[in-house]
Amino acid sequence: MSPLIEVQSLRKHFGSVVAVDDISFAVDRGEVLGFLGPNGAGKSTTMKIITGYLPATDGRAAVCGHDIALQPIEAKRTMGYLPEGAPLYGDMTPTGFLDFIGRARRMPRAERKRRIAEVVERMELGEVLHRRIETLSKGFRRRVGLAQAILHDPDVLILDEPTDGLDPNQKHQVRELIKSMGDRKAIIISTHILEEVDAVCDRAIIIDHGKVVSDGTPAQLHARSPEHNAVMMRVPAGDAARTTQLLMGLPEVDRVEERARAQSSVLLMAVPKNGQFIGDLVAFTLRENNIAAADLHAEAGKLDDVFRKLTTIA
Amino acid sequence: MRVTFTIVRRELGAYFSTPLAYVFLVAFLAAAGAATFYFGDFMERRQADLTPFFGFHPWLFLVLIPAVGMRLWAEERRNGTVELLMTLPVTPWQAVFGKFLAAWIFTGLALALTFPIWITVNYLGNPDNGVIIASYLASLLMAGALLAVASTISALTKSQVVAFVIAVGASFLLLLSGLDLVLNLFTGWAPDYVIDLVAGFSFLTHFNAIASGVLDARAIIFFLSLIVLFLFVNREIVEIKKAA
Repeated sequence: MSPLIEVQSLRKHFGSVVAVDDISFAVDRGEVLGFLGPNGAGKSTTMKIITGYLPATDGRAAVCGHDIALQPIEAKRTMGYLPEGAPLYGDMTPTGFLDFIGRARRMPRAERKRRIAEVVERMELGEVLHRRIETLSKGFRRRVGLAQAILHDPDVLILDEPTDGLDPNQKHQVRELIKSMGDRKAIIISTHILEEVDAVCDRAIIIDHGKVVSDGTPAQLHARSPEHNAVMMRVPAGDAARTTQLLMGLPEVDRVEERARAQSSVLLMAVPKNGQFIGDLVAFTLRENNIAAADLHAEAGKLDDVFRKLTTIA
Repeated sequence: MRVTFTIVRRELGAYFSTPLAYVFLVAFLAAAGAATFYFGDFMERRQADLTPFFGFHPWLFLVLIPAVGMRLWAEERRNGTVELLMTLPVTPWQAVFGKFLAAWIFTGLALALTFPIWITVNYLGNPDNGVIIASYLASLLMAGALLAVASTISALTKSQVVAFVIAVGASFLLLLSGLDLVLNLFTGWAPDYVIDLVAGFSFLTHFNAIASGVLDARAIIFFLSLIVLFLFVNREIVEIKKAA
């Protein structure tokens, strides 16, 4: 069976500006794909093409086997989409709005009622059901937008910055929701919150200047950090110089940095060559030389660093 | 068809969810009444017909129809909801036609609410009700054509005010293109067939042709084909403007 979302050599030009430059990827059922990249990198444009809002200049996108350019209606039926900023009809109430979406998606009356009740409960919209959407708080609006996207229980979900502008509790809630649906659907979310990638994504694609610069699991991304597997340790201030010298003597160690200095102790970081694991080696060396190190641990590598490394090299 | 009807429902709901609908209805009824009785000498003519009433419709529509049509697409683009609408399993034609139809039904409602004047004229005398029905039809058709123009212009901008002003200007030209006021812009330099063509687009001429009670088929086809033409252009503009 072919993947639920298939994107092949997608290109989009706006006049002379190239917004999407030869992007290809596929998303299978049970996968949550994170779309990362600086603002203006082409994340939203790619999503707009997949959902059939914008036509591609070149290449193709298909959802559930339906080419979005050739069978737009069939493809759109199988998708739920939350556009950036969750635009909604402010003059409607959440009930009226969800009913409109259900009708536009040609859901039979009974099913429509059942599904509206379900998503209202799931998104906790009960208390605002009959208020005009324009009077609702940002958190509620975002939830109405999400409710709209999942109303017809689609196989494919495309969510453009679903947690943007939410408070930490609401962010957590939305992430839990995405995770809970993740094993039954193919989901793409765009974000520039990197912790979100660890929290919900099975895979992450980093886009910069319209190109895919990285495609892999969150663990693989962490591994691309320059500080991946670096060993942090706190040593007595008097031993700092000696420790640095000892560790620099190891062939596996690339460099040793002083990260922080307190009155009686110094925080050191030993960065390995080629990201190899040197935790045991460092611990052994310190013990052999009677250096009382505390808080010894290996770093996973910060996604922020990976993100900056991949998207700032001009 | 069901999807188009869904769009119509939502759009009609949107009119009545704001004061705009009620303001429009009251303004239309008040202006139509005032024009008929004060400027149209409805009573003094001592004739049981609605000629003065319908005679003012083009001038009322000049301002009121752009007000009804201005929000159709401009609001949608300003709020970004156009992205939501166009990623639903709805064809561009269903969206364009559904929105237009809702605005037309709303205008039809405004026309229908003028029924007391029709009752009045029947109470006062024996008018030719066939002519009155033809006049209502003429009014509705002309409103439809002006609405299609307003909707198309609304798709060009994110600003409802801009859409309104341009639509008033365009409606003015279309209404008056048969009069010397507009034709004088062309005489002297344009060939005769251009002048004939411009004159042939006059809404007023076609309106009067139907309203006189003759039910001129050419005039009916004129308005209907203009509606189709402008809605087609409307659809193309919606598609083109998505990228902006």
